[in-house]
Amino acid sequence: MSLLAGLGAGGGGPAPKERARGAGHRWLLAPGLVYLTVFFIVPVGALLATSLYVPVPGGELGQYQPALHWQNYVDALSQFWPQLVRSFVFAAIATLACLAIGYPMAYVIAVRARGRSLLQGLLLVLVIAPFFTSFILRTIAWKQILADEGPVVAALRFVHLLPPDGRLTATAFAVVCGLTYNFLPFMVLPVYASLERLDPRMLEAGADLYASPVTTFRTVTWPLSLPGVVGGTLLVFIPAAGDYVNSSLLGNNTNTAMIGQVIDARFFKVLDYPTASALSVVLMAAILLLVAGYVRRAGTEDLL
Amino acid sequence: MPEVTTPALELMSVTKSFGSFLAVDDLDLTIPAGSFFALLGPSGCGKTTTLRMVAGLEQPTSGTVCIGGRDVTGDRAHRRPVNTVFQSYALFPHLTIADNVAFGLRRRRQHDVDAKVKEALDLVELGHLGERKPTQLSGGQAQRVALARAIVNRPELLLLDEPLGALDLKLRRQMQLELKRIQTEVGLTFVHVTHDQEEAMTMADTVAVMNKGKIEQMGPPEELYSRPHTAFVANFLGQSNLAPGQVVGREGDLLLVTVGGATVKVPVDRAVATTGSVLVGVRPEKIGLLIEGQEPSPNHNVVGPGIVTDVSFTGVSTQYQVEVEHLGTFGVFSQNLLGGATVTLGTKVRLAWSQEFTFGLDGDQDAAEGAADLDAEP
Ligand SMILES: Nc1ncnc2c1ncn2[C@@H]1O[C@H](COP(=O)(O)OP(=O)(O)OP(=O)(O)O)[C@@H](O)[C@H]1O
Ligand SMILES: [Mg+2]
Repeated sequence: MSLLAGLGAGGGGPAPKERARGAGHRWLLAPGLVYLTVFFIVPVGALLATSLYVPVPGGELGQYQPALHWQNYVDALSQFWPQLVRSFVFAAIATLACLAIGYPMAYVIAVRARGRSLLQGLLLVLVIAPFFTSFILRTIAWKQILADEGPVVAALRFVHLLPPDGRLTATAFAVVCGLTYNFLPFMVLPVYASLERLDPRMLEAGADLYASPVTTFRTVTWPLSLPGVVGGTLLVFIPAAGDYVNSSLLGNNTNTAMIGQVIDARFFKVLDYPTASALSVVLMAAILLLVAGYVRRAGTEDLL
Repeated sequence: MPEVTTPALELMSVTKSFGSFLAVDDLDLTIPAGSFFALLGPSGCGKTTTLRMVAGLEQPTSGTVCIGGRDVTGDRAHRRPVNTVFQSYALFPHLTIADNVAFGLRRRRQHDVDAKVKEALDLVELGHLGERKPTQLSGGQAQRVALARAIVNRPELLLLDEPLGALDLKLRRQMQLELKRIQTEVGLTFVHVTHDQEEAMTMADTVAVMNKGKIEQMGPPEELYSRPHTAFVANFLGQSNLAPGQVVGREGDLLLVTVGGATVKVPVDRAVATTGSVLVGVRPEKIGLLIEGQEPSPNHNVVGPGIVTDVSFTGVSTQYQVEVEHLGTFGVFSQNLLGGATVTLGTKVRLAWSQEFTFGLDGDQDAAEGAADLDAEP
């Protein structure tokens, strides 16, 4: 929660003292608590319970009864660990790609265009513009763009970056591209918020103390933008790890399948609710662990 | 002091305009190596802008900046052998105090970083706060860290933009002494921007008074004080009594000037203008009051009579305001050598001062320019 609060305030975060003083205003939390109880705690509880169910003996497909069948987890993991690992690898690559593409974008908007608010506003609108159309539609459009007879493949074949029979759709590359594209704004916005607050006098102080522009970036700009980077990477990595739209639309179902796609299939096609639930729980726990470790290593808890 | 060879800093016709506004106007400046140079001037006169051009943080619109005899006009800030104590401190919020101070040393891969950092922090009496972050400091502490962060690098040229402004009087005096000590010991060149004229005069070998982007006058503090060249300098550095007059003749080395009804004598070498209308000036502490029946000593200028309109006792001295017809109000500081005030309110007095303390300025300038606006003072 502190992550989202921090992002809203541009990463500043309320001072601890204010939190203590807010004790009399606890009722302000009530709507959020009710909402989270209904739409988060209850479903997660249901999920946990379902993950331990067993099929009704002699029952039909999709009929299960309550149990404490921990073996579900072992089975699910031994069958689907490649997809689970692949999800994290794809999400990590997409996160890095988002950072590589999004950080310079955010930097230009926040630092280079500083003082020209019209230009800044325009560029920010361009960053969010894709949200004006549906996620699914845009991913389908990507399918067209990367299609075998499409312009990208033709161009890549022409410059011999792709063999004459090479293709992009239905490859891991296409899935990662789709993830990167779809989650890019979630990287740009928090990083922008951080860089926007960067005091240009810090950069001058760096230059005055013998730091070249590159060194100033490394020692001043980058550390001061870390709250945005940490926020952005989380906002990209978490949904990307659980994403199933990109892998279903741009992948090939066999060696590009991500865990979200598997869960989707288990739930809605095979009606294997316990396995789907177990995988969901594992995914959630894994993300939680990874994120906790990451935030800790980034050492920015106090910045968030 | 090292032999003067190449000047530490040389500005040649440096101009900086922001749009149509001239912040620094055709500035020429030469600062010898090893000197303590003070830049004094009212708010907004272009002091910070000048320092920024020296540091390389602002590109001059035209002109040349030389540091240690090398033209650095086109050099980026990080390549210049200069450090700045910023008016706004500009401490890095993500680094501890010690790391802030170590920043410049680390960039230049110096040895013994920790020892040097500790020494610099001890110098500003913050040795115990090395592990804190800048947000956990008071304004005065932050200012001292900014000072340590620049000084620790021992740059050829240290630019100090009001580095002591946030300190209380005692600490400020102490830091002044420390700064002066470091400057002479290490033989660095300091360019010190300040609002505090006392600070400028006590610390600097050379003081430049800046106004509206130009240097009005530059020289040793004693000279600036005793022989100001413009009304602005006369009023900005200390206080002055300036009375309009006409040059009517010459008597050897003395100009004869009629002021009000009286004729006063001004040494020619202390006059900027020697013909036509001039401003005759004298410092308040140089004036003595003559009551009825008292005669001036020889070689004294006398104006008046006037009426004492205000007497304020300040301890070491008494300050009088004397209203002289046609000439306006004169301020007079009289040392209380023999007890308190010797003249009471409403007394009719004449004003007398030795000719040698008189100075003459060009007549066509505003006599009040640069004078402290008493109503505007906080
Ligand atoms: N980036 C800028 N754009 C436009 N005008 C500027 C800029 N920087 C400074 N100025 C103007 O230039 C003038 C000189 O500014 P400068 O900061 O050099 O003053 P200063 O002498 O340091 O004043 P102070 O004693 O208040 O610090 C001021 O009138 C200021 O408004
Ligand atoms: Mg300034």
